[in-house]
Amino acid sequence: MDFSFDLLLEALLFGVLLGCFYAAVSIGLSVSFGLLDVPHVAHPAVMILGSYFTYVLANYGLDPIVAGVVLMPAFFLLGILIYRFYYETFEKRGSEAGVRGLAFFFGLAFIIEVALILGFGVDQRTVQAAYIGSSLELGDYRVPYRMLVAFGVALVLTFSLTIYLSKTFTGRAIKAVAQDEPALRLMGANPVRVKQWAFGIATGVSALAGAMLIIVGPVEPAMDRLYIGRTFCVVVLAGLGSMTGTLAAGLILGVAESVVLMMFGASWAPAVAFGLLLVVLGIRPQGLFGR
Amino acid sequence: MKYWIGAAAVLVVAFLTAISGINEYFFYAAFVVLQFMVLATAWNILGGYAGYVNFGTAAFFAIGSYTGVVLFKWLNAPLAVQIVAAAAVSGLLGFGVGLLTLRLRGIFFAIATVAIIFIMETMMINWRYVGGATGLQILRPDVLPPFASYTRMLFAVMALLAVIAVSVARYVQVSWIGRGLRAIRDSEEAAECSGVPTLKLKLFACTVSGALMGAAGAPMPMYLSFIEPASSFSLNYSVSALAMPMIGGTVHWLGPVIGALLLGTIQQIVTVTISSEINVLVIGVLLVLVVVFAPDGVIGLFKKFVKNR
Repeated sequence: MDFSFDLLLEALLFGVLLGCFYAAVSIGLSVSFGLLDVPHVAHPAVMILGSYFTYVLANYGLDPIVAGVVLMPAFFLLGILIYRFYYETFEKRGSEAGVRGLAFFFGLAFIIEVALILGFGVDQRTVQAAYIGSSLELGDYRVPYRMLVAFGVALVLTFSLTIYLSKTFTGRAIKAVAQDEPALRLMGANPVRVKQWAFGIATGVSALAGAMLIIVGPVEPAMDRLYIGRTFCVVVLAGLGSMTGTLAAGLILGVAESVVLMMFGASWAPAVAFGLLLVVLGIRPQGLFGR
Repeated sequence: MKYWIGAAAVLVVAFLTAISGINEYFFYAAFVVLQFMVLATAWNILGGYAGYVNFGTAAFFAIGSYTGVVLFKWLNAPLAVQIVAAAAVSGLLGFGVGLLTLRLRGIFFAIATVAIIFIMETMMINWRYVGGATGLQILRPDVLPPFASYTRMLFAVMALLAVIAVSVARYVQVSWIGRGLRAIRDSEEAAECSGVPTLKLKLFACTVSGALMGAAGAPMPMYLSFIEPASSFSLNYSVSALAMPMIGGTVHWLGPVIGALLLGTIQQIVTVTISSEINVLVIGVLLVLVVVFAPDGVIGLFKKFVKNR
């Protein structure tokens, strides 16, 4: 591992792009787990489901990004269904729901994973588009267009969600339910409906994130296991429910992973997210921008 | 006393079966079922009694396997030594995880244990001595008499481990330790205020649980004659070890035993007749169905049935 300033700069550049991508795949979880306190371990699995649907639509000639957007309403409904089910069976019963709720989402993740294996096999899948495979030449550096696309979509997603949550009525209601649920109930609002809506948005966003995932690289059903670490690392590091924090935490993880990749090789990269997660949980569980 | 007679009877029967003329395949399948019984029982000590959900079973299990392999390759250590050492190393890892419970609960603890799997896996992938990512072939030593084959011997060893694990879990459950752990599960603050030594108990539960999982992992490389990181650290172990107690019932030591027998047998049948992917699907579906419709597992259903009569 010979060290050079040039390589480091390249790693940083790639890390920033990768970081924005990580923020994009985590932002759904930032809403569902960060704001709503739902132990949504199945978030990465739902996202991979989105990737595979994108793959199917892309095979019909649809652009992957368009496919991701088209899938959003369907995933929004799916999210509402999942939350409704979770609420009726666990949240409503209250006590001891913690262990079972976790077991439920863990089981759900495995069901989605195996369903994908049965439907598509264990092989890696990719999509085709004009911006996949080519790169932008910036002097000595080469930036793959697919990373730039993910970068752009991630920024759009993060900013639109931030604005949605702080400026619109329903957005503020979601934040309110995260802050003080009983108070919302006392004001005559129905927290369950607000949470249901928010979970729908989180899942809808995951569809687009899934499309990003298959644009950035090949996707296989068991990939959700690795992304449990990445997404939870970003959300916890960000501080639960902070959207700008999610972007910042994504960047930190992206840069850290890309630097480790450059200095120690690809076989160490998967441990970065999990290691960072453990460190954050051990030292500062409330994250960088904790509420 | 009744329990000990029963446990001794189970061991004698297992030993006699192992030296009898039953089809070899039975031992291949039964070994796996017994292994899951140890894992499920160990998981339940922390997850069922104390309410800390551990997704990291695969880490403890695989570290047990790797400890065994390292000792075997380095010193040619016999199986018994491998198992004891594996229990010690995984117990130590469990102690470390126990320290995490100081700050983390619920999903945070669960996610931290997933992190441990992947960190350990990455370390093993990068450790050339144990074969790295490609794995390591292991030459089994000669089988000890009176067993006719190595698999039969491993079956008897795993039966012994299962009885030990269940006995430990039963002791924990009926003693003051179990009462303390249940108090932690119901309300950690209230338990601490009432003078329950919560930290000590949590550390104890994590260590014992980890040690048992490690002990279950040690014979695995010998069983397969092979070790490799991806399958050793597979999250499938974690989900099985969690699903079996949930399905059997988490409040009683019999729960994981029932769950492991039930699910383990179904898994073996499904793996042979259909495929190993379906087998994971079966675990997932059963787990979700049980937590939704029978929150107290088979034991809960049974109690309800008795009460209604």
